[in-house]
Amino acid sequence: MPLIEVRGLKTYFYTEDGVVRAVDGVNYVIEQEKTLGVVGESGCGKSVTALSIMGLVQIPPGKIEEGEILFHRDGKVMDLTKYDPKGREMRAIRGNEIAMIFQEPMTSLNPVYTIGNQIMEAIILHQKLDKAKAKQKAIDMLREVGIPLPEQRVDEYPHQLSGGMRQRAMIAMALSCNPSLLIADEPTTALDVTIQAQVLELMNELRREFHAAIQFITHDLGVIAGMADHVVVMYLGRIVEGSTVDEVFHDPKHPYTQGLMNSIPSLASRKDRLEPIKGVVPDPFEVPPGCGFEPRCPHAMEICKTRMPDLTEVAPNHDAACWLYV
Amino acid sequence: MASDNILLDVKGLVKYFPVRKGVFRRTVAHVKAVDNVDMFIPEGETLGLVGESGCGKTTAGRSILRLIEPTAGDIVFRSKKLAPGGEESVEIDVAKVGRKELKALRREMQIIFQDPYSSLNPRMTVGAIVGEPLLVHGMAKGAEREDRVKALLAAVGLKPDHMKRYPHEFSGGQRQRIGVARALALDPQLIICDEPVSALDVSIQAQVINLLEDLQGEFGLTYLFIAHDLSVVRHISTRVAVMYLGKIAELAQTEELFTNPKHPYTEALMSAVPVPDPAWSVERILLEGDVPSPVAPPSGCYFHPRCRYAKDICKTDEPAYRDLGDLHFATCHFADSLDLQPIKSEE
Repeated sequence: MPLIEVRGLKTYFYTEDGVVRAVDGVNYVIEQEKTLGVVGESGCGKSVTALSIMGLVQIPPGKIEEGEILFHRDGKVMDLTKYDPKGREMRAIRGNEIAMIFQEPMTSLNPVYTIGNQIMEAIILHQKLDKAKAKQKAIDMLREVGIPLPEQRVDEYPHQLSGGMRQRAMIAMALSCNPSLLIADEPTTALDVTIQAQVLELMNELRREFHAAIQFITHDLGVIAGMADHVVVMYLGRIVEGSTVDEVFHDPKHPYTQGLMNSIPSLASRKDRLEPIKGVVPDPFEVPPGCGFEPRCPHAMEICKTRMPDLTEVAPNHDAACWLYV
Repeated sequence: MASDNILLDVKGLVKYFPVRKGVFRRTVAHVKAVDNVDMFIPEGETLGLVGESGCGKTTAGRSILRLIEPTAGDIVFRSKKLAPGGEESVEIDVAKVGRKELKALRREMQIIFQDPYSSLNPRMTVGAIVGEPLLVHGMAKGAEREDRVKALLAAVGLKPDHMKRYPHEFSGGQRQRIGVARALALDPQLIICDEPVSALDVSIQAQVINLLEDLQGEFGLTYLFIAHDLSVVRHISTRVAVMYLGKIAELAQTEELFTNPKHPYTEALMSAVPVPDPAWSVERILLEGDVPSPVAPPSGCYFHPRCRYAKDICKTDEPAYRDLGDLHFATCHFADSLDLQPIKSEE
């Protein structure tokens, strides 16, 4: 059962220097209670895709140009792009049905309110509980995410918590209204590796317990391999490859995905020499007319310079946008 | 140590930062950032120094260069440039030399910083940045300096006409190349690489890692490679040291460390590394809680509150940093008897 379907989404930013096509025709589906991993390097549009779903793209300079974001709930389908981001409907969904956690828990928590107050805010707003019950719920949530002494922690301020504990508090806040979709944007990138392992384990447990789907955004292929059911790889605002996690890692089809796999050192296999992807990501104002990866691609052909390949099925349940497979 | 080609031999390195309070700024405690660290690097090798934030790895690196003054310890460096006539090299204790000698030593010991954005002066051209060490040390002037800068830029994969440009015109990976060229300018023997690739995108990281490997082969460089990413450290290092709360928990040849770990922290740290393979089946050892504060480290073994093998002795007695044989060092009472989970990987 699909929970959210993104179809032909285009989110552009109109800046003084020109138009940035941050998300440029993206299609994907997240099934209920499944985790979709979104991988890509800085500037590929993975965060803007998430902000578009949340209705958090700043307008202007941003604008959702085209496309649909179909959200399925209770047998009904809502196109989130059709609603006013500040309107009643979106406010009822944001933080309630769809919640988000961010990379840097220190900057996404308000330093002048206690942890408890910030979690209670969402609970009081969406679940219409009174203050005492909301506080009890906040304490329960903190216990749920493994914060020791939650009765005491609930009255503390963000600066009194360590990085890992802050991210746990963010997760408690995001899950407090039992969302059906949790968007996690690089949730462990700022954390040390042993703390990251704790937080990832927690997210996996909570996903089963709360029956939530997760859109997990990261640049770290290792994290994705351990978390996702399905994976999409983004480059320059487009999806270049998408399939199950096993397919993408064991049989990558797109030269960009292959390049990423060859360029990273891994504890699973020893490489004498890393094989980097040549060149750099193009300037967002000078995107190549054909395939965006063509200037860096070892397999580039004539057609790649002029025409953008569509995302098509190149193997069973395995999509790639590359002329090699057409 | 046995070998006589040791370039850098650090013994008992200590760096405490005072914690001051009150009107009189009295010292009330110390942050024990680096607490009695021993390590040595043979010439031409790479020693990887890993650990989580706050473990003291950066402070150790900067103390070795005396960019910050160490509290105690010996930093013996085999200098070629300060060698008296007739001798090929001379051992000098960097921790004890005066300003003049230190300046001369800096020609042989350089550093590459983590953030390629804040470590380059935005108001200087690339030519001026890379040429500045030559100017400061009076090594080359005018046309000679220009030629040298061009050669350095070529060595790191940049073009000679990049000299006239400013840092903001370059991408992160290219900026890191500029930082590398600057470190190479004085023809050093030792380069301390402080998280040189962690600010870069993954497709660019590999370019810089390969560059560092190529330069090591070309110029016979010795690296102290400080990083938090174990996959990168394993790839580039000859030997690896694992730091925890200002101390070295374990140090061994890279493959020995990964396939035969002796310290429980090494085991947990390695098991926590995300591996880009969905079929990866190492058991995750989740450490409880956070790293304790280096102001008031735990009694006995610093790792005991989070160690799943801890016994009573670990709470009271501090384990010694000792050689278990074949230069495999560990700081654990039970290093000889524990059977820890290795990392096995395909060739």
